[in-house]
Amino acid sequence: MSVDKIWVLTEISDGAPITTSLELISHARSLGGTVEAVAWGEDTASVAPTLGEYGVSTVHDVGDLAGSLPGAPVAAAIAAAVNAGDGPDVVLFPATYDGRDVAGRLSAKLDRPVLTNVIDLVEKDGGLLSQHAVFGGSYVLSARFTGEGPQLFVVRAKSFPAEPSGGAAAAVVAAPGAETGATNAARILARHVEERTGPKLDEADVVVSGGRGLGEKEQYALIEELATLLHGAAGASRAIVDAGWVPYSHQVGQTGKTVKPTVYLACGISGATQHLVGMKNSKNIVAINKDQDAPIFSVADLGIVGDVHKVVPKLIEALKARG
Amino acid sequence: MNVVVCVKQIPDPAAPPALDPETKNLVREGKLILDDSDSYGVEMALQLADAAGGGDVTLVSMAPNGETSGLRTALAMGAAKAILVSDDSLAGSDALGTAKVLAAAIKRAEPDLVLAATESTDGYTGTTPVQVAELLGLPSVTFAKKVEIDGSSVKVERQTEAGYDEVESPLPALVTVTAGVVEPRYPSFKGIMAAKSKPVETLTVADLGIDAGEVGSAGARQEITEVAEAEARSGGEIVVDEGDGHLRVIEFLEQLKVI
Repeated sequence: MSVDKIWVLTEISDGAPITTSLELISHARSLGGTVEAVAWGEDTASVAPTLGEYGVSTVHDVGDLAGSLPGAPVAAAIAAAVNAGDGPDVVLFPATYDGRDVAGRLSAKLDRPVLTNVIDLVEKDGGLLSQHAVFGGSYVLSARFTGEGPQLFVVRAKSFPAEPSGGAAAAVVAAPGAETGATNAARILARHVEERTGPKLDEADVVVSGGRGLGEKEQYALIEELATLLHGAAGASRAIVDAGWVPYSHQVGQTGKTVKPTVYLACGISGATQHLVGMKNSKNIVAINKDQDAPIFSVADLGIVGDVHKVVPKLIEALKARG
Repeated sequence: MNVVVCVKQIPDPAAPPALDPETKNLVREGKLILDDSDSYGVEMALQLADAAGGGDVTLVSMAPNGETSGLRTALAMGAAKAILVSDDSLAGSDALGTAKVLAAAIKRAEPDLVLAATESTDGYTGTTPVQVAELLGLPSVTFAKKVEIDGSSVKVERQTEAGYDEVESPLPALVTVTAGVVEPRYPSFKGIMAAKSKPVETLTVADLGIDAGEVGSAGARQEITEVAEAEARSGGEIVVDEGDGHLRVIEFLEQLKVI
């Protein structure tokens, strides 16, 4: 199957396409054919210039969802285009909450399989070969579709660089409306944004994360202080997020953010598979943990076997002394 | 209120995972246990049924060889019964094939609410629950960190990139729950004893009216072409803290010009 047309699911946040969608668009350019976007929201046209700059020729606008979750209506719109014979050969989804919802719905609607946790996508023999990190990234598995398209891939953040190619603003066309019935009955009543200060977790040059080894919620203040001193962002393992010590927006890992900072400092984090997949591609990793057999040390460039309650306060004092 | 919980029985995550060199499927031989991620859905279901003043919690699972050890754990927590789909033709099923089987089995229980984990611990494709919802024609709310029933609707706090959304959906609906939603109870001795005699209905693919060609390796329409060991990170330096560990960190950060 040749790849003539690729659609990239493009989420818009704070008036701009999310970085993961731009990463997918950038990579899609290298796979041949035209690159188009599927987007939704009140003012999709406002991102057409940015999308064009990254190589998108056309934006298929699903329109304002009026409080619906994107899963059902966006999948229905893509399916309508496919069923009308005007659809893509490949659809790339960012591995976000909404991206996974749309991909799952579309897969069932079209009766096409979906490949998830993709970390690389290459053209081979006229088709696409996807790569997946499994077992916490210790193995890389290659896979491909053997049936009829469109081929659906859900791709992890930071799998590709986002690079503009300098195109003109993308054309905006209305995506066909489609019947969703009861599947689209859920409504968003209110949105809550958890305020954070400093650089964004998935964009920061330095990330300092804390885990269960901190012992208690109050000790997370050490992580925040260290992150601030290093002009970085504070992250967390799933364990302490689930325990309610810090909000979900701090979570690094499979179900949280994927980070690739210059330095990742893991403090009191054992390194469960679900955490490793979100940070193991950091350029440098420092781990502080009192258990020398903790899996986190297997990915660390520098491992300090010691008590976070002793090492981290001394680190903070030493950094303060430097001014 | 009747609640169905999708549960997966998986190889013990503490043991190193293995892939069959021939089929490249995950090896699922030997004893399977209840996926820890599913214990939250089971607990949530028990609490919601309780708060609604009654109703059954039914487990739905798909596993090879009529495996029930993981189901017994969830029954011991308090679920009333289980539907297990076990069939040789299911080996090598992908997420969509699995969803077709689960959807057909769930339909039999006529639930008001279907709960599932956001993703399994062993496969973590994370798409099966939403595929089930689509196949059943149900609305879905994923990544719930709080779930409440309010009359004929379900209210959910749904995790987002920036915080959370308050979402409301009419019932019946499907909701996926994160590991933070509730604290799962430990099965009591009484519960463990009672679980031994709770009904587990075992069904084949044919019982569900599904064509065997639609599931398993035959229905997957995708193949694994290669499995390779990932490039290991080169061995790092490990220092035992003798009171000066922080200085080594400072030195490292200086080398990287971070400070």
